[in-house]
Formats: sequence, C-alpha cells, structure tokens
Amino acid sequence: MVQAVASAPPRLTARGTTAAATVVVEDVRKSYNDVHALNGVSLQVPQGTVLGLLGPNGAGKTTLVRTLTTLLRPDSGRATVAGYDVVRDAEALRASIGLAGQAAAVDDYLTGLENLEMVGRLYHLPKGEARRRAVDLLERFELSDAGARRASTYSGGMRRRLDLAASLIAYPPVLFLDEPTTGLDPRSRVGMWEVIQGLVDDGTTVLLTTQYLEEADALADRITVIDHGAVIAEGTAAELKRQSAQSVLSVQVEHDADLPEARAILGRLGQQEPHVDEQERRVSVGTDGGSEVLASAVRDLDAAGVRIADLGLRQPTLDDVFLALTGHAAENGGSQDDDADGESARGGV
Amino acid sequence: MTSIAVPAPTSSNKLSWVVSDALVMAKRNIIRMSRRPDYVIFSTIQPVMFIVLFNYVFGGAIATGTANYIDFLIPGILIQTVLFGSFNTGVGLAEDLKAGMIDRYKSLPMSRSAVVAGRIIADTLNNAFQIVLMLGVAFLIGFRFHGTPIESLGVPLIALMFSVPFLWVAAAIGVTLKSAEAVQSAGFLWLFPFTFVSSAFVPVETMASWVQVLAENNPVTIVIDAVRGLTYGDPSMSAIWQSVAWSVGLTVVAAALAVDRYRRV
Ligand SMILES: Nc1ncnc2c1ncn2[C@@H]1O[C@H](COP(=O)(O)OP(=O)(O)OP(=O)(O)O)[C@@H](O)[C@H]1O
Ligand SMILES: [Mg+2]
Repeated sequence: MVQAVASAPPRLTARGTTAAATVVVEDVRKSYNDVHALNGVSLQVPQGTVLGLLGPNGAGKTTLVRTLTTLLRPDSGRATVAGYDVVRDAEALRASIGLAGQAAAVDDYLTGLENLEMVGRLYHLPKGEARRRAVDLLERFELSDAGARRASTYSGGMRRRLDLAASLIAYPPVLFLDEPTTGLDPRSRVGMWEVIQGLVDDGTTVLLTTQYLEEADALADRITVIDHGAVIAEGTAAELKRQSAQSVLSVQVEHDADLPEARAILGRLGQQEPHVDEQERRVSVGTDGGSEVLASAVRDLDAAGVRIADLGLRQPTLDDVFLALTGHAAENGGSQDDDADGESARGGV
Repeated sequence: MTSIAVPAPTSSNKLSWVVSDALVMAKRNIIRMSRRPDYVIFSTIQPVMFIVLFNYVFGGAIATGTANYIDFLIPGILIQTVLFGSFNTGVGLAEDLKAGMIDRYKSLPMSRSAVVAGRIIADTLNNAFQIVLMLGVAFLIGFRFHGTPIESLGVPLIALMFSVPFLWVAAAIGVTLKSAEAVQSAGFLWLFPFTFVSSAFVPVETMASWVQVLAENNPVTIVIDAVRGLTYGDPSMSAIWQSVAWSVGLTVVAAALAVDRYRRV
C-alpha cells in the first residue's frame, strides 16, 4: 500500500553500541492526581535506531511520548531529544522532531495537500519547498489521487497515512510514532513498516509505541516493555524471547468444562504457571522439554477424557514474553487478532 | 534526504514567526469557513435576515425620535452581529483543541500565539465582510449616511474595531471550556444581556429605570452611540474616544488572558 522511501536492505549491523543516544530519558515521573502514569522511566534510543515501546493499555506509553514531544512537563527526572532538554530547550527541540500522535491530527476541511503544506509552513519551510515535499509525500503514501480531496472523505487508513506524512514533512531527525499502524489493514501495515524502515536507513531515529508484538519484532532494534509507568523489560526481540521458556506447550480444548483439568495437567508438565484464555478455550505453559512433553500431554489429556481441539509445541513469541512479564496478554485494540503468532511453529497432533 | 533544513528558533526569527505563523493559521481558518455551509449561513443569511426582520417587524412600533427607524437600527445591528460573530471564534477554537490537532500544533516549532491569533485574524476579516454586506443590504432598503464621507467611513471602522476585544474574550472562553457546546451556552449567557441591555434596538430612555443604569454604562451602548452619531452626521467625540479606549483596553486584557489560557492547554 505504501511505498518504501528507499529499498530496505536487511539490517546486519549491530546498531546503537557506539552511536550517541538521540533520546535520553532519566528517571522521568509524571502523575495525574493519584495516577502515576510514569513512575521513574529511564531509557535511551541510539541515533539511527528504532526503539519499540511496548505495553498494555494505560501503561504510560502515550504519556512518555507526550513528555518527549514537549506536550507534557515531567514532574521530575530529565529527558533530552537530539541534545535538547524537553523543558529548558522545548522550542529548539520541536524543530527537530516529528510526531504522529495516537489520534490522527488531520484537518477534515482541508485537502490532503493543504494539510501537508500547512504543517510544512508551520515548520517554517519556504512555500515552494513545503509544496514540493507535500506532493512528494502524497505520492510516497499513495495518496496522490486523493490529494485534492478534503480529508473528511478519506478512509481511516488514508487519514492515518496522511497524518504520518505530515509528521515527516520537515524530514525530522527524530520521529515519535504513537501506535502508527493501529487501524491499518495488514498490507498497509507492512507498507508502513517499509516506510519507517526506509527512514531509519536514512539515519532517522524512531521511537514508536505499539500494541502489536509482531510490529515491535519486525521493526524495532530494541524493545522496552513498560507497565504501570515503569520499565519491566528491555532488550532485543531475541533477548526478550530468550528470557522466557524455550518453548510453549499450548492446548485448545473442545469444551469449556475441560479447562480446569487441562490446566492441571499442563501445570504438571510445564515449568511455569499455565495461562488460561477462556475465550479461546486455550491453556498454554512454558516448558524446556521437547517432543516427549508433547507426547505426555496427549497421553495425560486423553487419559483424563479431555477432548483436544488443537495441541502444539511452539517457539515463544513476544506475546508469551509479555504474558510472562505482565501477567496478562497484550491487548490488540480489537482490530487485530488473526496474525499475532506469525512465527509460531505449531506441531499439531 | 535533507535539502532545506528546518530553521532553528532564534530571538529574531521568533519575532517574525509570530506574524507569519498567525497568517498561516488565518489562511487555514478562512479556507475552513468558506467550506462550511453552517458558517457561511451564519455569517451571510442571518445578519441580512435580522436587518429585514427588525426593520419591517419592529420598525413601525418602536419610536426612536427620528423619522427613519432603519438609520437607528443599523448601527445597533452592526454591533450586535459582530459581537455574536464571536461565537465562531470560541466554538472554532474549542474544536481545534479536540484530541489530535492541538497535539500536533503544540509539537511544532510554530509560535505559541499563532493558533489563537490566526483565529482572530480570520474572524476579524469575516466580521469586515459581514459589515460591508449588511451596509449594502441596508442601503437597498433605505438606510442612508447623513454625515461627511469621513464620518461615514468611521461607522464600519469602529464597528470592526469594537469586535476585536470580543473575539479575544470568546477565544479565552473557547480555550478554557474546550467544548463547542459549552462555549455556545456560555456565549448566550454573556452576549445576550450585553447586547440587549444597550441602545442597540430601542432607545435607553424607554427601558425600566434600573436597567437604564446598566444600559447607559454598557460599553456596547457607548460604541453604538458613537456609531449612531457618525451615521446621523452628528458625531460625539467623547463617545468615539471612549469606544477606542474600551476597544484597546478590553483587547489587551482579553488577548493576554486568551494566550495565557492557550499555553496551559
Ligand atoms: N489527562 C489525564 N488525566 C488523568 N489521567 C491520565 C491522563 N492521561 C493519562 N492518564 C492516565 O495515565 C495512565 C497512562 O496513560 P497513557 O495514555 O500514557 O497509557 P498508554 O500506555 O498510552 O495506553 P493505551 O495503550 O491505551 O494508549 C493511565 O492510567 C491513564 O488513565
Ligand atoms: Mg496511548
């Protein structure tokens, strides 16, 4: 759906080890009355890398993005973006960033082109340059045909793309994307990843929040998981996955009534407390065992008279990591539930 | 990738951005207004309808002491219309503050005053347009200036000047309440008494005595008296100076309040 800015070669370099950090957050706190939205967050985003900020609803992701884009003042702690302090150098900081917030900032009564030009002018680009980039971005986001139409006639995905295009009009060195692909269809989402990847290849530093573990996995050099306003895990996708068990044993039962029995059996076979998804009638547990665990599971479940709909042993996904860390599954915002375990290698029985 | 860099803020370009950013926002608002049927109706059909209704419905009943009610009516209706036009300012700003848009504006290196100032500039132009439109329609149904060309020119200018502080007051309310509906209600609460307890539609002498005290000291009355004097070719210099003083004083206070409120959003 969306064309890549530049062809995105596979990333082989280990980034961020030597480069200076472009975003630095040190013990930032922010409360709303008695809600500690940020409870002492520290993190760094090296130049030219993508940090995926992962967390359930209400974790504090948006609050952190708003703090780093000068929309909110932290109660305490320190944060800098591109060397500018979010409080003291707020004005200079704003000239170096692009923001696509969680709610699309699109002016319904303006055309797509007018929207982009206006934002360009507000970054103080000369008129001609603002228009040139606006036309270019419309093309890149496959909105050229709709560029002369009012944004009120755009579909949700088109608005989201226009919003993202607006955040890019100044070619900012640092980009903040708050759930950039929420509401996009899978094809547009992959297209958006390519655009973001292209920007990163050109040296842009990106901090993006997401509820899609798959997205963080595909895009982020490093992932920071936050919950209740605090960082609970940090690392590359592979590192995070290694923190959880070697594999996940997962069973779906035919009847709700069998769930407790299945839970008990998997509890005996696994290394952790099993997780029960009642809606899916599925029980899963981390295990370090191999196919013999699978065999035991079949035998024990069968002996107990539990009817199995699906049974498998698979690689842990970030979902499992998330589950282990927060005690609840990542919420997918209701719009995506089909492709969350894209990499699971399921050995069905 | 970068060809032309985004200029960094310095003390000198920040000053010029106060103006250029406000103009960018004003342009955006004018485009929006022209594309919104509700705005277009509010600012064209409604004032014309008021002139026609007031003139033909009340014209016979209200004794104004002059032969021609329309000459009495037009200054009042000009001021009333531009004051009520401030609804647009408050409602428009409240809409701008809704999720999304305002976050983008506040994350841009644009001047802090531009969102509000751009709204005021656009609405002042809209008021100027309405004043000219109303004078044109009034002329067709018998309204005449009785003073010199300079005095006549003073009529639209003072009306426009006096509209500005009310736009700022409405802006302050809009940024404070942040909801179009709340701004509407608040507008009715303060604008109705303000405009009707004045010499806008009936001579103050015809009102109940305690209301007369309020009406006489209402800046709206002072401004309408100034405009009326200019229309009749019998200008009151003191009313004109007081109008200027009220306009400037109210603008300074209300603008400071509105920009301060916006910064806190
Ligand atoms: N303006 C506010 N007033 C009061 N509480 C707030 C405000 N904004 C956020 N919060 C609270 O702060 C916490 C963090 O919210 P935040 O929006 O940062 O979460 P999030 O991680 O972005 O969630 P989501 O995934 O739902 O977007 C929540 O408990 C939220 O209720
Ligand atoms: Mg959020």
